[in-house]
Amino acid sequence: MSYVSYEIIGIVVLWLFLFGYIIVASIDFGAGFFHSYSVLTNKHHIISNIVQRYLSPVWEVTNVFLVFFFVGIVGFFPSTAYYYGTVLLVPASLSLILLAIRGAYYAFTTYGKLRSNWWTYLYGFSGLLIPASLSIVLTISEGGFIEESNNQLSLQYKTLFSSPLTWSIVILSLTSVLYISAVFLTWYANKAKDRAATALLRKYALIWACPAIITATGIIVELRTHNPVHFQRMLDLWWMFALSGILFITTVYLVWRKKSYGLAFSLLTGQFFVAFYAYGLSHYPYLLYPYLTIEEGFTNEGMALALIIAFIAGLCLLLPSLWLLLRLFLFNKDYVEGKIK
Amino acid sequence: MESEQAVFYSRLLTELTLSFHIIYATIGVGVPFLIFLTQWLGIKKQDDHYILLARRWTRGFIITVAVGVVTGTAIGLQLNLLWPTFMELAGNVIALPLFMETFAFFFEAIFLGIYLYTWDRFRDQRKHMLLLLPVAIGASFSAIFITMVNAFMNAPQGFELMNGEFINVEPIVAMFNPAMPTKVAHVVSTAYMTSAFVLAAIGAFRLLKGSNHIYHKKALLLTLKVGLVFSIASAIIGDFSGKYLAEYQPEKLAAMEWHFETEEQASLTLFGFLTNGDEITFSLEVPYALSILAHGNPNAEVIGLDQFAEDETPPLYIHYLFNIMVIIGMIAMIIALFYIVGNALNRSFIMNRVFLWLIVSTGPLTILAIEAGWWLAEVGRQPWVLRGILRTENAATTSNHVDLMLLLFIGLYTVLGLASVIVLTRMFKNNPVEQEILDQQRNGR
Ligand code: HDD
Ligand code: HEM
Ligand code: HEM
Repeated sequence: MSYVSYEIIGIVVLWLFLFGYIIVASIDFGAGFFHSYSVLTNKHHIISNIVQRYLSPVWEVTNVFLVFFFVGIVGFFPSTAYYYGTVLLVPASLSLILLAIRGAYYAFTTYGKLRSNWWTYLYGFSGLLIPASLSIVLTISEGGFIEESNNQLSLQYKTLFSSPLTWSIVILSLTSVLYISAVFLTWYANKAKDRAATALLRKYALIWACPAIITATGIIVELRTHNPVHFQRMLDLWWMFALSGILFITTVYLVWRKKSYGLAFSLLTGQFFVAFYAYGLSHYPYLLYPYLTIEEGFTNEGMALALIIAFIAGLCLLLPSLWLLLRLFLFNKDYVEGKIK
Repeated sequence: MESEQAVFYSRLLTELTLSFHIIYATIGVGVPFLIFLTQWLGIKKQDDHYILLARRWTRGFIITVAVGVVTGTAIGLQLNLLWPTFMELAGNVIALPLFMETFAFFFEAIFLGIYLYTWDRFRDQRKHMLLLLPVAIGASFSAIFITMVNAFMNAPQGFELMNGEFINVEPIVAMFNPAMPTKVAHVVSTAYMTSAFVLAAIGAFRLLKGSNHIYHKKALLLTLKVGLVFSIASAIIGDFSGKYLAEYQPEKLAAMEWHFETEEQASLTLFGFLTNGDEITFSLEVPYALSILAHGNPNAEVIGLDQFAEDETPPLYIHYLFNIMVIIGMIAMIIALFYIVGNALNRSFIMNRVFLWLIVSTGPLTILAIEAGWWLAEVGRQPWVLRGILRTENAATTSNHVDLMLLLFIGLYTVLGLASVIVLTRMFKNNPVEQEILDQQRNGR
């Protein structure tokens, strides 16, 4: 039997949930943005219905993905609490405030019937600021932005905000959010047999495809100077990035030719999945360059085993429930088409 | 900023976030249980009023859930941001229940989404009701798991300490620490109790505002019955909490009872004010009662504050918090009892305006008791974050910007608190129950 260590299982699982969060949250944030944008340009009668039908039953689930990730990473790698906890106070608090405003606002308007256009804009644009502010964590993990002096860690804001890497990652997060969301909603609108919405969202998907892939490539170039070790490891995994590129091209082709939107969205998920794991693999073994590796930061064996058992037991509970949720709302023809409430 | 200031502001921000979250969290634990009970009664008795009650509570509940979720996310992340040393150390031993809590959230979130949007999808109403069961179970289990973490902070075990590192960690032993049984039971039972009184307060308020509908009377009777049951349970479990403290955290018990000298046949100090450090005035002394509370025996010896170093004694003001909690518990219990007995004997005083106002007051009061109870438990643990192992001042972040973050979060909670109150009142004002009943009858249901 080949031996896979606990810390590898831990990080693979956590990375999976982070990936899950990125996909479901992108759909959510992007949908919010398109919705506000359509209000601004007076086209909201076209897409707001689609957006609402999809988002309403799932918004709380999206949030749990994030909670799962940060609780899990502190569980498996307690040292991350020390390193990231200390330096992230300001950026993470700002993300929290944005998340709070957005989540509460969503509930207040959808269930509480509080309506005002001004709030809608705030909602839409905060949805773009959240990925931007959360993506700072990835930038910091590349190293070079933290200073350690007499046992005290501090974040170098000036270096951080003047680095091109920071801004490339921010832009990547924005373009991917809009791209992922547009492709998903095209599929959803098409299922709902809503022609006007499908056409509009398909247009958005095609518009955002190009910037998304260009910024993603740009980051690899940035890393060459910022973190050569990481860059080299990425080159070693070139075939994964190439596979991801092929998936990207196929997705765009399908959307372009107005063919099988469902397949297009699966391919898009595949594209991000492969790229995300390739990025993660090349980041290995560092959780934070150069302070913290996966091995050093790992919890003790007793806890690791307990967490993995809890995780498997939890999944047995979760997967059937998620399947039920999807079956009732995402894959239910009558619900999607608006025939039942 | 000096690191002392960082500690000070970190404490303020933690206190603020937790005190805010706990309001919504308590409602989040108790209300799904009550909705379930009501829907079940409605189906069993074929009474549409109960079904409508469940439906309207659910609509309000979703608003409190939303605020509970966002403030919970805030405290979850903030614990790492403000107490990195503590989380690194504690994460090694007590991460398991925290991790399991996220599964409870997941479970709750998924089924709440389904429940909300399927009121009219099932022909068999019971199927829809069953969807609420995972919501209620998930919510209660998130309270159970998080309280296990908090219990561990009070009675850490399940590891050995060597050179500042934890070895031989046993996560299950850490979870089932001595503080766990009483703490978990008390937290869950007071959450059910508080939710019942909050809903009773709403019913009483509608009656006061001129509605005389039988709907509100049914709601009132049901919630007060639940409130009575769980206030009695809470008092009994609270008594066990005192016995736990006497054995494992005597300094907390001594501080909250102003018990200065170790003695046998100790008397219990009720009310009172503390002057000049250790002079108690205006108090009521109940002979033997402290020995009974602590050990169940009037002759038992109770350890006093004289046994502890000054810098390891918690602040003495927790006595006031304890009194507030217990008195509110008693008041709520008596009011519920009077209503239920009065109703059974067909007495008219239960519809008296003053009495209805008393019922209205139990809503905010029980929330206040929750706050007082948590402040008692947390302040009474000071100066420790992990009792006997890690002091609070050594656990905080060294970051320079905590004061600024405090201001930002004060702003956030003000907005969220006000908005949730406004949305909730508008929701029920614009859609009174009489109207909804009429609408339903017109639609032929
Ligand atoms: C509606 C709320 C409420 C009511 C009526 C009571 N309690 Fe309570 N109490 C709590 C809500 C609460 C709480 C918020 O749930 C606490 C805070 C932390 C905890 O474990 O439970 C708590 C803590 C707490 C503690 C401290 C436990 C510790 O620090 O480990 C004791 C000794 C008691 N309670 C005892 C009582 C007694 C003897 C009561 C009544 C007769 C009582 N409580 C009524
Ligand atoms: C997992 C459970 C919990 C953890 C890990 C935790 C952690 C902490 C920490 C690190 C402190 C700092 C010490 C201090 O400020 O003095 C603290 C204090 C405090 N916590 Fe807890 N807490 C938990 C549960 C709760 C809950 C549920 C509440 C209820 C609302 C609460 C209320 C408070 C309060 C009021 C303080 C301030 C005490 C003081 O400043 O003297 N805590 N907690
Ligand atoms: C330090 C203490 C605490 C932490 C770190 C914490 C953490 C959280 C988090 C992360 C969430 C959001 C989950 C989601 O995304 O759905 C949440 C919500 C919730 N929390 Fe807390 N929590 C604490 C204390 C408590 C306590 C003491 C209770 C119960 C008595 C409680 C009960 C709940 C409930 C029921 C929810 C779901 C939201 C709702 O239904 O209102 N929490 N909490």
